[in-house]
This record gives sequence, structure tokens and C-alpha cells, in this order.
Amino acid sequence: MKSATFKIWRSGEEEGGRFEEYAAEVEEGMVVLDAVRQIQSKQVNDLALRWNCKAGKCGSCSAEINGMPKLMCMTRLSDLPLDKPVTVEPIKAFPLIKDLVADVSSNYRAKKSIKKFKPRAPDEADGTWRMVQSDVDRVQEFRKCIECFLCQDVCHVLRDHRLHEKFVGPRSLVYAASLDMHPLDVEDRLEDLKESHGVGYCNITKCCTKVCPENITITDNAIIPLKERVVDRHYDPLAKLFRLFRRRPSSETQAQSENHD
Amino acid sequence: MRQDAWWMQPIAVFLGLSAFIIYSTWAAFQGEHYTHGPYLSPFYSPELFGDSPHSWFGPKPGIWPSWLPWSPAFLILWAPAGFRLTCYYYRGAYYKAFWADPPSCAVGEPRKIYLGENSFPLILQNVHRYFLYIALIFLVLLSIDVWHALWFEDPATGEKSFGIGLGTLVLAINVCLLGGYTLGCHSFRHLIGGRIDLLSKAPKRQCAYSCVSCLNRGHMRWAWASLFWVGFSDIYVRLCSMGIWEDFRIL
Repeated sequence: MKSATFKIWRSGEEEGGRFEEYAAEVEEGMVVLDAVRQIQSKQVNDLALRWNCKAGKCGSCSAEINGMPKLMCMTRLSDLPLDKPVTVEPIKAFPLIKDLVADVSSNYRAKKSIKKFKPRAPDEADGTWRMVQSDVDRVQEFRKCIECFLCQDVCHVLRDHRLHEKFVGPRSLVYAASLDMHPLDVEDRLEDLKESHGVGYCNITKCCTKVCPENITITDNAIIPLKERVVDRHYDPLAKLFRLFRRRPSSETQAQSENHD
Repeated sequence: MRQDAWWMQPIAVFLGLSAFIIYSTWAAFQGEHYTHGPYLSPFYSPELFGDSPHSWFGPKPGIWPSWLPWSPAFLILWAPAGFRLTCYYYRGAYYKAFWADPPSCAVGEPRKIYLGENSFPLILQNVHRYFLYIALIFLVLLSIDVWHALWFEDPATGEKSFGIGLGTLVLAINVCLLGGYTLGCHSFRHLIGGRIDLLSKAPKRQCAYSCVSCLNRGHMRWAWASLFWVGFSDIYVRLCSMGIWEDFRIL
């Protein structure tokens, strides 16, 4: 049976931790998670790692494999160069709890800061709405998110500059886009997106799109459209002018209709 | 630390963009060999002022300071340059390749302070849609250039007759590639329909949005193809004008 070497991050007292080398037996069809679990069960029982579905759907086993943020359960050993040690580290954008487990709770707080779904008044007397499939298709992609937070991890604004308080990150922006572009939603999130959510911090590296295991086109379909909506409101003098002219007649019409009533 | 060759892509972008910037700056400063018969180099189109028959308003304006270098390209090249400089694809690409911000995904950065596009000067990138408006006008003007490139003057009689040269095809391909790039712009996608959540109420808009989204998916490829071809179009016209290359008449 073939053997491969894994350099796994172990947390410790000194400088946060260090890599330790382990050998694992490799069989056909194995993924990194299989190897790490094998090492855990046979060699180091106290190795901390988080995993659940082993099918790329729960988003628990996020790690950095050979330096790239990936799901351990979706990274095949056959796709890695096994002649060299395979490094497995915890995701770096978040505080480390132990070994391969990081504290991702800041992402849940960031998500909570986004204004909730606010539907328009019901379309029908029975309190229900009617949507056209093509309108809701656009946000379906965003609902594939499994909250693995690899996008948050790879984003240099969070990872290198640690601006967690100023920038909510790609995952939360995808969530904001899924609500803001929803055909029923009427909430205004643009002020928040510009100010507290810091959409302007994104400099379109597209790294989030690159690492997304669900292949959500995060930058092109979520973040850039949100940036453009913020431009509409804040940075486009012509759009402001148009809004000014369009508002007046509508308010007059409203006043007229109220008078008629 | 990433173990793959993460540095290859930023280096390729750096070399590609640097080569284009150096060549286009050199070509813009030449101020000659930018026309050949009915062909006009896209670096010089529209020729607002200049000495060629393509000029709109005659020769160089008298108010142009004598100490300032002159080329017809100076009057117009800022527009396509601004469009590409503020383009969402190029922004991401040159932040990595020229400013190492970050050098590549999941690779550390050389500096600690980061302001992003949230404050001056990069907040000015939000002007992109205004450059888009100008780029759309340029698309029409370059299409008119292709039409002009279909009419060849007989040197003996001075009469113009319909024809197609290799240069006509070069300029036509240039417009097609620039069209694919400009019409797939993220700002255009937003303005054509992306800003509306209930697109089903405007079927024509919805159709346009689908088309623009389709082009937008390949925005990076369109950006590079059109960048290469616009440079090549200038080289083609320049070589023909200098007599180094003989234009081939198909019709």
C-alpha cells in the first residue's frame, strides 16, 4: 500500500503551534479528510478537527491544503503531488481554537448585521405572493452557499488586514445580495453596504469565487452588482439627477390621487 | 504557504499589460503612420485634429502649445485607457500584478495598511460607468471606420469603389472584440437590467440582460483578446503605412 506524508498543524504553547509530520496509508479514491481521520484514529487521538457530512455539503472541514483554502472532504489525494508532504493547516482568517479548528463565529455575527428579508405587501387577499421563476432564478445561486467560510478565509481584507469590524466579507455580501435582489424584498440595504458592511473594501481579486466549493460566482454576480447599486446611490451624479426629476412627478401624482380620493 | 506556481498568473498579467502600455504609449507619441488608404489605426480614431484625410476638424489646433508634444492620439486615447483602467476585471488583475494587493490568492502581502476602494484615490474607480458611456460611442465610431475601410480610392481617377482588404478584416475583428468586451462590462450589465429585481415585467430588458450576462461570463477573455487585437490593428496599419507590409486586397 502506498504511503504519503502529511504535515499537520498542531496548536501548542509556543508561537501558536507548529507542523508535525505523519505518515498515512493511501488508497484509491481517498480524500484529505480520510487521511487526516486515519492519522487521528491511529496515531494522534487528540488531534482536533471539525467534520460532518464528508460530502461537501455541511461546510465544516474547511482547511488550508498546501496553502490553498479547500474543503478536506472534497480534495482528492490523487489531485495532490504526494511525492512531497501535504500540508494541512487551519483557516487563517479566524482565531484558532485547537489544531485544525478555528473560531468562525465572527461570520455569524456579520451575517446577523444584515437587514432581514422584508417582503412587499402580499399580492393576494389570502396573504400570499406571486413570483415569476425567472426573477427568483437570479438569487438561487446564492442559496447554494454551505457556509464553509473559505471565501472569508481567502479574502485578503480579512485574512491579511484583519478588517473584520469594517468589512463583512464575501459570504455576508452573498447573503445580502440574495436578499437585496429578491423579487419580493423591499428593504433598503445600500447605506449599510456602503458604511458598516464596507463593500468598498473589496478590490475584486475574485479569490472568493476561486475557492468556493459550490462554484458560486461571488464576485461577478453578488459583490460587483452590489457595488454598482451603491454607485447608483452615492457616486453617480447623473443617476441622482434622474432620481430627483422622477421623484417630483410621482409625488405630485400621489398628491393628486389623494385629493381625488 | 502555497506550494503551486501561484506567481505565474500575476507575472503573465504584469508582462502582458506592461507590453501593451509600452507599445501603445510609443505608438501614441509617433503621430505618423497611423493611416493607410481607407484604414485608420484604432489608437487614433476618432482623429479630431490631424493631417490625414480622416481628420474631422482639420490640422492641429493653433492653440496647442508649441512646447507640448503633439499627436492626434493624445486627444482621444484617455477614454479607452480610462475604461480599461477602471474595468472590474483589470482592477482585480492589476491590483495583484502591479501592486501585490494581494500578489495572489492566499499569499501574504508586503504592506499592512489597506484602504481598498473605500477612500481616495481608489474610490474614483466608481467612475467606470462614465467611461463606459464614452466606450459605447467609440464602438460606433470604430464601426464607421470599418465602413470607411470598405471604400478604396483609385489613385488615377480619385473615385472610390467598394472593396475588402486584409486591413478591413483586421479593423472589423477589432470592433467585434471590442464590442464583446464593452457590451459585457459589469457596469453595462447593471445598467441594462441588473439594477432591477423584477425583470420579468420588462421582457426586452430581460433579454438584453441575458445577452450581456452571457458576454460578461467571458469578460476576462474578451478583455485580453480585444487588448491584443487593438494593438495588432495599430501595428498592421503602421506596417502598411511604412511600406514594410503590403495590404492584401481580397475584393
